[in-house]
Amino acid sequence: MNELLLVVTIGGERVALLAGVVEAVVELDTLIPVPRAAAHVAGLSALRSRVLTVIDCMRSLELGITDCSDGIREAAVVELDGHHYALLVDLVEDVVEAQSNPAPLRAAMGPGWERASLGMVETETGPLLLVDVAALVGGVETKAA
Amino acid sequence: MDDLIADFVAECRDMLEALGGEIVAWEAQPDDRSRLDSIFRFVHTVKGNCGFFEFPRLEALSHAAEDALADVRAGRRQADGALVSAVLAVIDRIGEMIAAIDAGEDMPGGDDSILIAALAPGAENNAAPLATPAAEVQGKATAAPRTIRLSVELLDRVMSTVSDMVLARNELARRLRESQSDVPVDGAFERLSAIIAEMRDAITRTRMQRIENLFVALPRMVRDLSAELGKQVLVDIEGGDVELDREMIEMIRDPLTHIIRNAVDHGIELPAERLKAGKREIGILCISARQSGNQILIDIQDDGRGIDGKRLVEKAIAGGTLEKSAAAQLSPREQLALIFEAGLSTAQQVTAISGRGVGMDVVRSNVERIGGIVEVDSTPGQGTRMTLRVPLTLTIIPALTVSIGNQHFAIPRSAIDEIVRANGESVTLEQLGGAGIATIRGRRVPEVSLAGILGLESGVAEKDRTLIVLRPAGGDVYALAVDRIHDHEELVVKPAAPAVMATGLYAGTTLADDGSPILLFDPAGLAEVGGVKLETQERTARIAEGPALDTGPRTIPVLLFRGLDGARRAVGLAVVDRIEEVARDAVKTAAGQLRVQVGETILPLAGAQTAELGAEKVRLFRLNDGAHEIGYAFSEVIDFATIEHDVIHADRPGEISGVSLIDGEPAELIDAHWLFAHHVGTTARLAEPLVCRLPSDDPWMQNMLRPIVEAAGYRVVGDDSEVEADLVIASQGDSIGSDEGRTIWLRTEPEPTGKKDASIYRYDRAGLLMALKSAGRAK
Repeated sequence: MNELLLVVTIGGERVALLAGVVEAVVELDTLIPVPRAAAHVAGLSALRSRVLTVIDCMRSLELGITDCSDGIREAAVVELDGHHYALLVDLVEDVVEAQSNPAPLRAAMGPGWERASLGMVETETGPLLLVDVAALVGGVETKAA
Repeated sequence: MDDLIADFVAECRDMLEALGGEIVAWEAQPDDRSRLDSIFRFVHTVKGNCGFFEFPRLEALSHAAEDALADVRAGRRQADGALVSAVLAVIDRIGEMIAAIDAGEDMPGGDDSILIAALAPGAENNAAPLATPAAEVQGKATAAPRTIRLSVELLDRVMSTVSDMVLARNELARRLRESQSDVPVDGAFERLSAIIAEMRDAITRTRMQRIENLFVALPRMVRDLSAELGKQVLVDIEGGDVELDREMIEMIRDPLTHIIRNAVDHGIELPAERLKAGKREIGILCISARQSGNQILIDIQDDGRGIDGKRLVEKAIAGGTLEKSAAAQLSPREQLALIFEAGLSTAQQVTAISGRGVGMDVVRSNVERIGGIVEVDSTPGQGTRMTLRVPLTLTIIPALTVSIGNQHFAIPRSAIDEIVRANGESVTLEQLGGAGIATIRGRRVPEVSLAGILGLESGVAEKDRTLIVLRPAGGDVYALAVDRIHDHEELVVKPAAPAVMATGLYAGTTLADDGSPILLFDPAGLAEVGGVKLETQERTARIAEGPALDTGPRTIPVLLFRGLDGARRAVGLAVVDRIEEVARDAVKTAAGQLRVQVGETILPLAGAQTAELGAEKVRLFRLNDGAHEIGYAFSEVIDFATIEHDVIHADRPGEISGVSLIDGEPAELIDAHWLFAHHVGTTARLAEPLVCRLPSDDPWMQNMLRPIVEAAGYRVVGDDSEVEADLVIASQGDSIGSDEGRTIWLRTEPEPTGKKDASIYRYDRAGLLMALKSAGRAK
């Protein structure tokens, strides 16, 4: 499998997203909160004339809260069911080529990671956890239901 | 016809796709009412459409499934595993057939009767294995291209690009302002701006389509329907040139079809019944569209039997959707609105066309989903008028922007009733058990704070906030307290992500002019999250209205209109029975004043001089004081309003009782009392006229006397009539059989024959009229 992976850092951990689903990597400067929405919805932002729903990946993964107070944040823009989301990450690193198919990880992970994991992939920089974008967008509640 | 079939196929496929999940969920939980309803609607729609297209197998299948599901809905039957499988098998078969119709192939083989038999109560479940899995059918279906969808998508893309352009221009404008630019650059930028604005305008227009496209299929549909039902219906279509968003046209296609079907099936009677009711054999169905502000109004009016509000109430009570105690409080309008409740139908029999009580609830939910309203108005025996009010486009909606703290939100303007300041004179705020109640001009409405609902900090003290009185579609009013209101804007609204919609508070997202996102509220959702009970509230609001009227300033609801002479006038809403449109030649000067023929009655016509009437149609209000009716001609209705300002009374009595400011402009107030006194006057025909018996074989009585008697307000009957007469007129010397009522004797000689002769000389007109009048008063 020669899929391209986008390597990002979430909560201090390097993980991989399928590069095919990521439309763009942007720097968000505005963030409009959505009162009463699920906790992992950090707010709304705009990319050109599109409204982006901003997802706090750390919340989705139950790792804590991303600190948005310092203004500009990096985010990966994905499209899911016709809606555009911006996934807040600590850092966007690089695009690498996957050297294996995702394999189940048999060690115990944190509950948030467990939910979002698609398995482990080998890359030239070592093994990375492949994270399911839909699980990040879905957040904690949807999986529980 | 091919277009229509393509539409039908596309629609069915959409519904099948949407239904995929529902079916599975229903299988797991057969008693889930909402799932059942959506499956029921699907088979109902298929049944309705294929009757029209002549797909007998489809119709038989869907009708059978509908019957079975209707039984379950009505509680006559339990949804067990066997029934679920049988229904699923039918839906799969419908899917196969639709795929075949789309591909232009022959219908797939297989015996439908097995499937239908499996639906019967107690049938063995042997049908399921025959069915192809639904997923396979859908897979095949999605492969076929749908041109209309592509083009709309493309248009959307162009539209969003243009929106991008506008934002980029705004950005550029900001940069230009910051830097010291030279005049030529500014000039070039201005030109670019103008071009972009024009382009935005044009692209919005490309989405518009004449509503004719929707109307063109209707006459044929009505013709086929009426032929099938043995009725005669004439369709009158107006306003086909009104333009409407393409997408919107698609969204109202179904509701409109449904309403028309209902009108033909239930509204218009069979020719024989119509004749018996004194109507023409041919029923008339008027469908008209017109634009009013940023709404399109579509009227569907029939002259059939009308809707019986009391029957609806009985049905609703019997069906368990309405409490008996609540039923007694319903106004006639609310009674009629019951037809929009699920599972209610006044039809005596279930027909193949409609009448199972599905339909109107679907119609309403479909129309409300696109921000529209359905209204119903009906007079038993005279007909029904349904009005669809839909916004001009789906995507651009007028909204009010408000803020809490420093965050902006938008509220759809269509839901806003009024805006008042919390510290205004006519407003008081109270807390009852922790709940907020605002009393606005004597009306008590629940009050919720937007900051409270959203859990945000409000930077403004409670009394300095602004109250927005909201009326969610189909619900009752409540007041929303916001920190500040900003601007009216036309916003391009897009659906929000599921995680945002899940809050139930928002209807979508939009971008402000500076490119930052704004959330658009769903007024009904706000109420729900805020804990406002919209349904029970309705009655308490009305109760509070009664006594409060005595203390607070009186407000009179009026209808604001423009008279034929162009004057802005208002007439009390209570006296306006309905609005009619008649041909110009129905208005004639007769018996000393203008009169108009409306249907079978002739009414005095006010508000017009012969010269002012247009060439073709005359629009008029039918005013009713409870016993008499008169017509009042006008040129256009402006709005509903209330008189809140002082009325400056006219110097002398006349048609106009005074003037007042209504909606910021002066308007003349029609004096209904004077109108009735003047136009109805002494020639009034009472609702129950007195009866006078004249000998039918006396030509003088019949030819000479009868008109005078009738002019005095009597109904004249002959000797052989069984009716009890209030007055009998006879020639002196004749013998009359009974001693009923009073008798006036007429003599042929001018002089009385003796002192005891109480008879009246037959040409003594004054004496006769006096006698007629006193006989009337004696009653």
